[in-house]
Amino acid sequence: MPHKTFLAFIWPSLLAMILFIAIPIFSVAYQSLFIQHEQVLVTTETCSPFGCKKQVTVDAAEMRRLREEQPMGRYNGLGTYTNSSHLAFDDINEIFRTSQNFGEIRDKIMNLPFYKALIFTLSYTFIVTPLVIVFGFIVAVVVNSLPSLFKGPVIFFSLLPMIVTPLVGALVLYWMIDSRGIIGAALQALFGDPNLSLKASPTLTWVTLFAYGVWHSSPFAFVVFYAGLQTVPADTLESAMVDGANRWERIRFVTLPYLMPLVTFIALMQLMDNFRVFEPIIGFSAAASATSLSYLIYSDLRASDSPLFGSAAATSLLTIIGVIILLMPVLRRNWREFNRKS
Amino acid sequence: MPIPSQRKPLPLAVLSIGFVLIWLVAAAFPFLWTVWGSFKAEGDFFSRADWMNAITGPVTRMQNDGSAFTFDGYHGAWVVKEFWRAALNISIVTFFVVIISLTLGTLGGYALARSGYRYTFWLLIVALVFRAMPHVTLVSGYLLPFFQLNIWGYLPTTIIVLVAINQPFTLWMLHSFFLSIPKDLDESAMVDGCTRFQAFRLAVIPVMWPGVVTTGLFSFLLAYNDFTVTSMLLAQENTTMIPKISSFLGSTQEEGKVMYAVAAVVSAIVPLFVLIMFFQRQIVSGLTAGAVKG
Repeated sequence: MPHKTFLAFIWPSLLAMILFIAIPIFSVAYQSLFIQHEQVLVTTETCSPFGCKKQVTVDAAEMRRLREEQPMGRYNGLGTYTNSSHLAFDDINEIFRTSQNFGEIRDKIMNLPFYKALIFTLSYTFIVTPLVIVFGFIVAVVVNSLPSLFKGPVIFFSLLPMIVTPLVGALVLYWMIDSRGIIGAALQALFGDPNLSLKASPTLTWVTLFAYGVWHSSPFAFVVFYAGLQTVPADTLESAMVDGANRWERIRFVTLPYLMPLVTFIALMQLMDNFRVFEPIIGFSAAASATSLSYLIYSDLRASDSPLFGSAAATSLLTIIGVIILLMPVLRRNWREFNRKS
Repeated sequence: MPIPSQRKPLPLAVLSIGFVLIWLVAAAFPFLWTVWGSFKAEGDFFSRADWMNAITGPVTRMQNDGSAFTFDGYHGAWVVKEFWRAALNISIVTFFVVIISLTLGTLGGYALARSGYRYTFWLLIVALVFRAMPHVTLVSGYLLPFFQLNIWGYLPTTIIVLVAINQPFTLWMLHSFFLSIPKDLDESAMVDGCTRFQAFRLAVIPVMWPGVVTTGLFSFLLAYNDFTVTSMLLAQENTTMIPKISSFLGSTQEEGKVMYAVAAVVSAIVPLFVLIMFFQRQIVSGLTAGAVKG
């Protein structure tokens, strides 16, 4: 296909992606160099029969003028990146200088918002992804051995947790684990502790979110593995059987190697999706004990008085860098394959 | 034909049946429970006394002259809190997002599948990186320019943004679908004197519908399930379903209001339920389409 025809076909799609994905990335990078204007304060003295009171108020007119003049805010260089709500170099130095042991360092770092979110995001990504793969594989193998009559309905119900809107799915579970909901009440009865609440402790909240992640994403792994299982050659399985391989050995030495490319595929998709974990934190109202990078950006943009564009942009850029690091192995593999081909 | 050695030993069979049952309960029960509970009063669905209340509904009976079912939650959500407006908006948004993404995606995906040049590879890799971008990072790039241009808060803006965010995925999916349509089809049309576009229109379009339907389903899901973009780019008055539900949560402190959210959640689940029922096969094939290529 000549270049001109190619361009004629692809330009609308390309334009949409350049305008709304590529340019925003640069705009984020640019925004992150600015921070919101300092509030212009005016001190007014109001006197009443009971004495005079000094009152500090924000000069709204002056603020409006400033915002109109410089909508981006004022230039701050890389200051936003290094301040204590992002990379916090000074705070980290301070922590390492003053803390005695590892536990103390860890606790103090967990109090820095960016690191808290980063650690949760990474834990979520790297705990949920393998669990999803293992669990999805087991479900696929078991469902595959069912009589075909049951397969359709089982697949139907299995798709639900994945297809249903993440926020909605999270809410449904959140209401059930409420101490007045069915799972919450059941757990209280099970452990004989009437005050047990999954929402109270940070650790339990993390576990709940991980469990939600596995519940939400396993159907994806299941469906992909299930489809893969249909293509495992029957001949190879039979000859393995003739060679005396038992059930487990057949899975271990025939099925698993055959499905390995699918494992890579699922891992890639899951890493991308889990890294942007966001909706469950809203659904489970878990922001107090678990925040993710996406959630940090969201809450900056939702800041009550005026959005913190600079801060959100800095976190966004750091997140984008994280995504690229995460994708690096895949990109390198593709690059090598591509070079081999040409 | 069951070969004797393939038949499972009893313990294994019991174990696997048990496993499937547990998984089914985990996957489906929360939804059935919530659907059932949405017709109850708050005192029953969140019962301090006994979880059985959510099934039998004594409080609901008391409040509704003996009937164990109430539509108060639905009435509150749809009429009092104007959930119908959000439902209407999401219909508009999903309809246009699906139509526009498919139009752009089929043209682009076709071009990517048929052009043999090096840059198609790079375009696909860039699309993969774009696909991995958390949506909220992009949204933080939109807000300021949109405020400046005064296009913030309108449905068309949201539709275009969702189309763009959806493009990388659509391109990948349709690209691999068009690869599976033999080249000879459109090339022989071109030998017969068609231009590239005529060949696309006359030879490819008639056979592309299965792939387009599958991709369309996923575009629909992306638009329907989106929370990040719609909650940040639309004002409270013209918001869509999912942000609307999350706005209910803020006001659930009063007695009974949480049932508005429950009813709204069930209302949002029902279309998806119907969707899976009719398109299960397409969803499964779509999920695996990317995997086939590895």
